Amino acid sequence: MDLTFSPEEIAFGEEVRAFIKAELPADVRAKMQAGIELTKDDYVNWQHKLNSRGWLAPGWPVKYGGTGWDVVKRHIYEQEMALGWTPRQMPFGVAMVAPVIIEFGNDAQREYFLPRILSSEDWWCQGYSEPGAGSDLASLSTKAERDGDHYVVNGQKTWITLAQFADWIFCLVRTDPAARKQSGISFLLIDMKTPGVTVRPIVTIDGGREVNEVYFENVRVPVANLVGREGEGWTYAKFLLEHERNGTAGVAGSSQLLERLNAIANSQRVDGGTLLDDDHFAERIANVEIELTALSYTQLRSLAAEQSGKSPGPESSFIKIKGTEIQQSLTELMMDASGYEAFDPAVHSAAWYYNYRKTSIYAGSNEIQRNIIAKRLLGL
Amino acid sequence: MDFALTSEQGLIKDSALRFVADEYGFDKRVALSQTDDGFSREHWRRFADLGWLGMPLPEDRGGFGGTPVETMILMEAFGTGLVLEPFVPTVVLGGTALAYGGNGSAHDALLGEAIEGNKLLTLAYAEPTGRYDPASVRTRARRDGTDFVIDGNKRAVPFGAAADTYVVSVRTSGEADDASGITLLLVDRDAPGVRRRDYRAVDGSRASDVTFEGVRVGADAVLGEVDNGLPLLERTIDAGIGAICAEAVGIMSVMHRVTVEFIKQRKQFGVPIGSFQVLQHRAVDMLIALEQARSMEIYAAMSLTAEAGDSERKRALSAAKVQIARSGRYVGQSAIQLHGGIGMTEEYLIGHYFKRMSVLELAFGDADFHVRRYVALGRTASAAASADRRPAGVAG
Repeated sequence: MDLTFSPEEIAFGEEVRAFIKAELPADVRAKMQAGIELTKDDYVNWQHKLNSRGWLAPGWPVKYGGTGWDVVKRHIYEQEMALGWTPRQMPFGVAMVAPVIIEFGNDAQREYFLPRILSSEDWWCQGYSEPGAGSDLASLSTKAERDGDHYVVNGQKTWITLAQFADWIFCLVRTDPAARKQSGISFLLIDMKTPGVTVRPIVTIDGGREVNEVYFENVRVPVANLVGREGEGWTYAKFLLEHERNGTAGVAGSSQLLERLNAIANSQRVDGGTLLDDDHFAERIANVEIELTALSYTQLRSLAAEQSGKSPGPESSFIKIKGTEIQQSLTELMMDASGYEAFDPAVHSAAWYYNYRKTSIYAGSNEIQRNIIAKRLLGL
Repeated sequence: MDFALTSEQGLIKDSALRFVADEYGFDKRVALSQTDDGFSREHWRRFADLGWLGMPLPEDRGGFGGTPVETMILMEAFGTGLVLEPFVPTVVLGGTALAYGGNGSAHDALLGEAIEGNKLLTLAYAEPTGRYDPASVRTRARRDGTDFVIDGNKRAVPFGAAADTYVVSVRTSGEADDASGITLLLVDRDAPGVRRRDYRAVDGSRASDVTFEGVRVGADAVLGEVDNGLPLLERTIDAGIGAICAEAVGIMSVMHRVTVEFIKQRKQFGVPIGSFQVLQHRAVDMLIALEQARSMEIYAAMSLTAEAGDSERKRALSAAKVQIARSGRYVGQSAIQLHGGIGMTEEYLIGHYFKRMSVLELAFGDADFHVRRYVALGRTASAAASADRRPAGVAG
């Protein structure tokens, strides 16, 4: 056991910081620090820079454009990216659909889609949930019926993050209505420009337009866009979800929230000092900060186990639970720290608090995660 | 960075777990905790023979050059069996104070005796009015020629009856709560003027309240520097915190495992109670608390290993202690609750783990004390450096 960073790892952290300093536009950094929504161009321009450097998809196999970094380097990279106020990496292409295509897709799909993800030609979104299929995802009813070389897709998907930017959507669809729940589901890639696809925004309680409904009306999808085998989509979805959960721990993002929280508290004048001088408030921050420190090592341990050959298993579920609890505590503190300023929508701190309620609901609610751990890890 | 144990560390872990399996069955432990010493001198001899007593101590002081990671491995295993032997007082506390504060060959010889298993050591720092603050020292040592004459009281001295030599924090100058003016002195248990009230603590371990009345020691009793003993005392206590964090993780892991087994077996309403979602979720939350504690156990060992500054180390150990105390409390209370009535009984094992855990939650400062220390050290750091507010332990 060696728990220190090697000189090489320390140097790598410096390399990442230098890259950010040279490449991140000042206006994007300012928006990030102020918590202002980024445009699609802000994201895409940053992705181009990462891709030029070869850093866009660290987790991919090297032959497809991955970096070959070990977990510690990836941790350092993500941490520096967050603390450097770079735009959040949208997971849908690089971290979600790509691993599924790499693992279960065919050569033609890999050759077509992976380079387009790296070049940001395609923006992806995820079509899983439906109005009638939330926690019970396997009860989904969007159907894809075979018609020659095409599937004809009808149904409705919901909670689709940034579908308004998306060129493609990966969907779980029911291809065999007769099969038992999980076994009739397939994993389909759908071009958003196909006739019959409609996107409608859902305005959330924070006032944001992050998520959408996507309707499919007789949408014709080439059979070539089926990933893996028909009826095996549930297996691929679980594979993806377990990868996703490790990402939803959001350790790096929480470090960023913590920094923003400290900035807010530091700006609040109280009794001739700032809110950071208030012992009670400082201790509330400290308690979350300590949990976050612990989580960063919990995640490193989990990733190290994954690196040594174990696939990310149910452990990723409790990292998701704890990670989202921490994010929610931090955003709650951001609102509390703002005091009366929180009333003003232009200040954004209440909006963060409202928005982050989603984290314990998405990617499998925290209650579902507890069910998974109880069953698979504890044998209950 | 590498979380895997080396093959030597794996062997240490195996032999410690084997010792626990062989010697620390529930009934054996209860019997041992009721003997005069409250532990086994025979076991202690084995610890010495296995090299455990010198394991984390530096080679130039006669130790075996291990690191806090070896202490962590041993202590976690000890925690799983609620091992009673005074490893923390002698090796971790006494050993750290002597290894880093020893002045000359007599001190090396004493440490050597401890490593060989012939002498037991302990630390007497807490006072009746100081709660957990190591700088709150009212025990005075006045100079008389080259001697020191000690008067005052120390509370909850671990294994005060069995320990041959105490490391005592005394005030050699300044006022009661000053950071400077503190000195660490070695005092023999049997020195004239040392009086003890020994008791069996709530967890079955032994402790003493100790009164010093005109106790005379020579200049050769000084560890570290006169009037500047606080950094050494804090380093010693931090080593103790690291050790008990590991013990606590061992304890929590047993409480969790036993509880999950119990709710699989226990039937009510015709089904195992573990089939109820409300209990399943609590068992999962116990696991999360345990894993968060395990991460901080490792973080504590790492922070003791690293050549970081005092303030960075102290802040890290405070963070670890806060997490361990909070996790321990949650896991312990849940373990009792999920067991129901049987968890309340003295004849069942879970309560014994719960009680030991509760003692560790308070030892060297509870969560409230350490979250305050964490905040205070953070303020000092951010005032000194610019506003670098990365959470402790984050890379870069």
